[in-house]
Amino acid sequence: MAQRELLIERQRSMKRFIMQWEWLLLLIFMMIHVVNSFLSPYYLNFNTFIRTPMTFLDKSFLVLPMTFVIILGNIDISVGSTVALSSVIMATAYNAGVAMPLAMLLCLVVATTCGLINGVLMVKFKELSAVIVTLSTMTIYRGVAYVILEDRAAGNFPNWFSFLGWGSIAGIPFMLIMFVICAVLFGILLHKTTFGRKIFGIGNNKNACIYSGIETNRVLLWVSILTGLMAGFTALFLTSRMGSTRPNVAQGYELEVIAMVVLGGVSTAGGKGKIIGPVLAIFIIGFLSYGLGLVNISAQVLLIIIGMLLIISTMILNIRFKRMKKPRVLQS
Amino acid sequence: MSEYILELRGISKTFPGVKALDDVNFNLKPGEIHSIMGENGAGKSTLIKIMTGVYIADEGQMFFNGESVVIKNTNDSQRLGIAAIYQYVTSYPDLSVTENIFIRHEKVHPITKKIRWKAMHQAASELLRQLGASFDPRTRMGTLSVAQQQIVEIAKALSVNARIIIMDEPTAALSNRESEELYRVTEKLRNDGVAIIFISHRMEDFYRLADRVTVLRDAKYIGTWNKSDIDHDKLVMAMVGREITQMFPKRSVRIGKEILRVENLGREGYFKDISFNLHKGEILALTGLVGAGRTELCESLYGIAPFDEGAIWFDGKQVKFRHPREALDNGLGYLPEDRLGHGLVLDWELFRNVSLPALKEFSFRGFLSLMKEIRKTKEFGERLEVKATSVFDKAATLSGGNQQKIIVAKLLTADLKVIILDEPTKGVDVGAKTAIFDIMGDLAEMGYGIIMISSEMVEVLGLSDRIVVMKEGRVTAVLNTAHTSQEQILRSALGSANGEVNHGK
Repeated sequence: MAQRELLIERQRSMKRFIMQWEWLLLLIFMMIHVVNSFLSPYYLNFNTFIRTPMTFLDKSFLVLPMTFVIILGNIDISVGSTVALSSVIMATAYNAGVAMPLAMLLCLVVATTCGLINGVLMVKFKELSAVIVTLSTMTIYRGVAYVILEDRAAGNFPNWFSFLGWGSIAGIPFMLIMFVICAVLFGILLHKTTFGRKIFGIGNNKNACIYSGIETNRVLLWVSILTGLMAGFTALFLTSRMGSTRPNVAQGYELEVIAMVVLGGVSTAGGKGKIIGPVLAIFIIGFLSYGLGLVNISAQVLLIIIGMLLIISTMILNIRFKRMKKPRVLQS
Repeated sequence: MSEYILELRGISKTFPGVKALDDVNFNLKPGEIHSIMGENGAGKSTLIKIMTGVYIADEGQMFFNGESVVIKNTNDSQRLGIAAIYQYVTSYPDLSVTENIFIRHEKVHPITKKIRWKAMHQAASELLRQLGASFDPRTRMGTLSVAQQQIVEIAKALSVNARIIIMDEPTAALSNRESEELYRVTEKLRNDGVAIIFISHRMEDFYRLADRVTVLRDAKYIGTWNKSDIDHDKLVMAMVGREITQMFPKRSVRIGKEILRVENLGREGYFKDISFNLHKGEILALTGLVGAGRTELCESLYGIAPFDEGAIWFDGKQVKFRHPREALDNGLGYLPEDRLGHGLVLDWELFRNVSLPALKEFSFRGFLSLMKEIRKTKEFGERLEVKATSVFDKAATLSGGNQQKIIVAKLLTADLKVIILDEPTKGVDVGAKTAIFDIMGDLAEMGYGIIMISSEMVEVLGLSDRIVVMKEGRVTAVLNTAHTSQEQILRSALGSANGEVNHGK
């Protein structure tokens, strides 16, 4: 007899719970701390733990929207250039006499506009892939930054500006607080709202979404704008930490950011992922480089390790997805 | 030496669950054009695939020039000189005509294995000249028209000395003038002694070209006639068979006021001058041959594709939907033909699929309510009798019929007035079919206006109130189901109503 009643309880499976990628990330994260604490006797204290993130958190603001972009099935390699351009324009505007708060606002506006331009190009010219569009704007934005500032540094920001990158509130770095707030907001947006649902849907089957009345272009446009805005925040924090800016700042950020997202278990095929994965990946790579610093291994070695981590992680992910893909067909 | 170059006797072929061919006979004389006709699913394609060695017959014998042969694979058929040309040309668009003709049997120098381009180009132009084609063999294949590409395919068949050429619906993608060109080439081949098997839905093709015709129906052999021995009505009768009895009792639903009116709708290259209307509670069947422009028409109604001329009146307002969102918001829903590609997110649970078209209904200020999604999915799923364990099942795990029910459930979540169902029973087993018909009856009773695209005569006649028949992008008949017959529909679908409407690109 055919069963007609549909159950509304999720079947809880211990195996599926344990098989989550995020646990593995957490494990790696812990292991890095264990290794680090062996390397340095002073490592294990609350202060290192809370202050180290300040060295790597600036680009983490980009990881959040990049997660959206990759779940959509897209890619954005112009983010580093967007950071550079908005930072350079902010510094130039301030040095030309614009009040600092206004210059900071300008920084956000410029970055958001860069994202908007990416989005409009992708929507208007469907035959261009996201790689081509953002590759072009990557070089354009960086080029404009060079034209504005030439190969010079600009800075002399007011003292209070350094608070963004160096300051703390109740002993907790301001940057960390901001990041936690952003991560929570992005997590809610992705996992709890209709907007997030649409992002997952488009990444899975764009055509089905169009036939279901999802305005895919609008979603794409908003994600691009959001990416731009977050590049603006990265520019603010990065500039604050460095105290000055040059047209070549944030070079290579795009790849580091994409690497973190992929390491975080977000499928480059689109449609799969959680915000918590990339967030963990940020801290894994951050503390890893800190640990390498402890034993005086140069930063270049980090690149090798990141690359290896990426290959291993995607391999594991693929094996896992393949196993899950086998559809169980019900007899009708 | 036998009279026939190829003879098939008592061929049967069974696929799991389906008898594709049942004791079918076929014979072919050298230098004749032999038409094979029958409805969709009559077994024409299977028969051809047995001749070319794609399938192997379960029973029956094949004779080539009077000698018994076994064709186990496509190499065997090629050795015998049997070549097939398909409706959609399967060539290499970026290679030259010469390369396409000689692919896999290039002329090479015996020792150095260097390709002898000059000789190949020469041989290619000789073949093309024989076929009366005037283009340069160095032309890139992709720049040729479909008709010219077919001539290249024929040249390719001749280059391997094919004695039997099978053409599967070659005229389906051609304009009238291009068809004329193909007829000419085909006749020339016949005069040279090549035997040609010509498969087509178009009556014109048969009358213009064929010497004899073999009719298949429901996998069975009906008969073979000389062209002079069979008239139009007899041929249609042979293809269709007996009148179809009412397998699906049509419920009597009170027809309400007009909800949709289409006036002279046209889209360049797809359809032209389409006019019909639809009432509340009415089921309107939209039928015609595959490629008649039915799906294209409905996609223009739904806002997936644009239209150039004419007007759509929906619920008393003139509308032009630019995106399915607008169509859904106004109350027009569409169940796509491509269930897996356009209908579902296979990797998603049922409830996420169901809520997709109406996310607003399942959320509060943009925040999704999982409880609402689950409850609605349970409600609709049970009403439509979806066979699944829980609303958390992945859509990919359901059978075709149940997946279709989930897509119907998607449409029910939106507040609709008109639903377009594009081949809703395609690839669905019999049990699920009746379930879907039941659902359509329920929807009509609830006052929905329903447009059903279908190629299945049984469904069209059994379920609809009225029937719109399309042919080559035009409406050839609007029939009242109660006062029509299968012959009449088929005549309109195949018929000789001529329209200069180009197909596709």
